[in-house]
Amino acid sequence: MKDLSLHILDIVQNSVVAQATIISIGIVVDKKNDYLGITIADNGNGMSPALLQRVMDPFTTTRTTRKVGLGLPLLKQNAERTGGSMDIKSVEGRGTDLMVVLKPSHIDCLPMGDMAGVVAMLICSYPNINFKFSHRVGANEFAISTPELKEALDGLPLNSPSVYPLIKELVSSNLDELQIGELG
Amino acid sequence: MTKVKSLADLKKMKETLQTKIDIREKGDASESLVQIKVAMATCGIASGAKAVMEFLMEELDKRGIQAVVTQTGCMGYCYAEPTIEVKLPGKEPVIFGYVDNKKADDIIEKYIKNGELVDGIIPTNFESIDNK
Repeated sequence: MKDLSLHILDIVQNSVVAQATIISIGIVVDKKNDYLGITIADNGNGMSPALLQRVMDPFTTTRTTRKVGLGLPLLKQNAERTGGSMDIKSVEGRGTDLMVVLKPSHIDCLPMGDMAGVVAMLICSYPNINFKFSHRVGANEFAISTPELKEALDGLPLNSPSVYPLIKELVSSNLDELQIGELG
Repeated sequence: MTKVKSLADLKKMKETLQTKIDIREKGDASESLVQIKVAMATCGIASGAKAVMEFLMEELDKRGIQAVVTQTGCMGYCYAEPTIEVKLPGKEPVIFGYVDNKKADDIIEKYIKNGELVDGIIPTNFESIDNK
């Protein structure tokens, strides 16, 4: 993957396939402590302890179309080579929590990428899933969720083509502000 | 275009959109729309499927083609990612491989608008080998 937002887009597909109805994506940036944390939590099918043990194995997948599953191993590799880590907790029937920690100052740390586009794409592609997204930089936070957007759009479907650019702009202008707040 | 910065701004923008969309939705059921599925698994995303999906959503809207663009999983053609499946109304779905923005543009202009096929089609009949 070229950046972290693409990793997030990829990992969230796992939650979608696990029939989650609520998916929370949280990003925390703490420059002072050289910390970048990404959490993805869902209330999907979860994994059995046996599957959970094998899940980091690139030759583990629940798909039938191919024999490899690289989403999690690739993210783990990218986290670990910055000196960070990745941890998964899962309870069958309850859901899965993924926690990734990276060191942003490390030269191998991937850039964040187009997070606004990823958030908007997920929200607009899966209107029946309740997404909660939050991004915290230092003391400032931006949060948005599917129900809030549905209410503001008042009956206009999230997957109508003209909605995507609006949501992307809403998210990106707020994320830009977080960056500016951090610098100032 | 005015900046959308808050939910209130979004609400305002929505008012201006509503009329345009009303006409569209009453005019056609989803069966008569062009349906496009972009393969968005690890293989697809790593090869640039997100950019292609973004391009398709924006361009189809701009060019006034009524289409539904959705995501799908890996179709097993990882070697040819990004792949997209295009279903024109009343026709069998066709899968295109190695789709970048240029190819996506070709697909819109040639296949979606004129029904003319474009290079890079992955032959498939949607049946597993077992059923043959």
